[in-house]
Amino acid sequence: MDLSKKTVWAWRRENGRVGIRNYVAILPLDDISNAACEAVAAHIQGTIALPHAYGRLQFGEDLDLHFRTMIGTGANANVAACIVIGIEGGWTQKVVDGIAATGKPVAGFWIEGNGDIATVAAASRKAKEFVHWASEQVRVECPLTDVWIAAKCGESDTTTGLASCPTVGNMYDKLVPLGLYGCFGETSELTGAEHLAAARAVSPEISAKFMKTWSAYQNDVIEAHKTSDLSDSQPTKGNIAGGLTTIEEKALGNLEKIGKQVKFIDVLEPAEAPGRGAGLYFMDTSSAAAECCTLQAAAGYVLHIFPTGQGNVIGNPIMPVIKVTGNPKTVRLMSEHIDVDVSGVVRRELTIDQAGDSLIDMIVRTSNGRSTAAEALGHREFVMTKLYRSA
Amino acid sequence: MTAPHLLVHAHQDNVGVVVVEDLTAGTDMLCVITEDNSDFHATANQDVPIGHKIALADLAVGDTVIKYGQDIGRVVAAIRQGDHVHTHNLKTKRW
Repeated sequence: MDLSKKTVWAWRRENGRVGIRNYVAILPLDDISNAACEAVAAHIQGTIALPHAYGRLQFGEDLDLHFRTMIGTGANANVAACIVIGIEGGWTQKVVDGIAATGKPVAGFWIEGNGDIATVAAASRKAKEFVHWASEQVRVECPLTDVWIAAKCGESDTTTGLASCPTVGNMYDKLVPLGLYGCFGETSELTGAEHLAAARAVSPEISAKFMKTWSAYQNDVIEAHKTSDLSDSQPTKGNIAGGLTTIEEKALGNLEKIGKQVKFIDVLEPAEAPGRGAGLYFMDTSSAAAECCTLQAAAGYVLHIFPTGQGNVIGNPIMPVIKVTGNPKTVRLMSEHIDVDVSGVVRRELTIDQAGDSLIDMIVRTSNGRSTAAEALGHREFVMTKLYRSA
Repeated sequence: MTAPHLLVHAHQDNVGVVVVEDLTAGTDMLCVITEDNSDFHATANQDVPIGHKIALADLAVGDTVIKYGQDIGRVVAAIRQGDHVHTHNLKTKRW
């Protein structure tokens, strides 16, 4: 197939970006506005609430990350329109203004001085308007490479390094040169392969930026807080059950996700939008699945590829997550969670090149509307990254 | 091609990965090196679960285990060719 001519049917948003889902999101600014958001979403069909745990008394870099994640989530091209509800108007309006910069419909409501009931009533009325409007937006034909695709692996085992991660890498090797925006992260989980990752940066400057980010995570997060050799956390108990023994082994498998040729062109802060044009980006993230996916969606990625070995079941409320596994036992025991079965690779029935093509086929189908396993099973894990305790 | 029992990433690796369920001790394993599809045979000393590693050489305490052609940690208990390699005899060199 000529991938440069491949198209999908998707929504072209006001700012030119392509979305493959058409949500009316009800976004809480803070934890105490979750109830109001969930009430609106229960009332107005066709909306989705995004409850989370944070947003009060944060400060400094942690507060910046909170706003970046909130605004980025509302701004994501899979969101057609957005309602923001907060406890008070100041920070609520800041998020509304950030989302409004995309040109999409957005409105803010706050609870202090109004109470939950009046707030829910007013927000529901506006949400209903947004649903009518969004439901009349039509899909248009867009180049496949306009679909921004992030990746992260989870509940990895030795088969992820043999089959599912190289499948993702093959996809990036094929699509990034054609103009795709890609993203990988998991800073701590590159430990043991950091020298190989650094060598995949596009320039010495970006390589140094990567090593600085990796070293900071290693020193400020891992070394500062560890009480053991992390042998129960990284690798996880699931990784170990699947045969992975050390972080080095896990990292080498993880890095297979970026293929053999493509170079990454910048290092992003958590939830930072790519700023250097099309290409593969590294983002500084936790290796916990929901945190990483939430940050990548907030950076603007609209589709996620998730290689798994033992069967991580993660989803995201606004970004479809395609599961890929090369473990025949996981295919046998957990088939309802798997979108792309590449277990033929370990039986030597399927080449990595063929597996990459089958993933691209599933990317096209998912972009055109096919529900992923995680969507069908209701997985909507939305988890904010918090850098330190609140004031 | 017959389905292999064990896959090895690179020629310099001293471990391979079991890719079949219910591998039993004494099995004459078909082993394939994925970087060039070359193959060889080896024998498993124990029952080893799918996804777990088997040594391709005798390894002494302090030796480095190589997979993907890279260092994945140090041997902490003597390993014989054909043995199960996991947390009981291999440890990280990091954190």
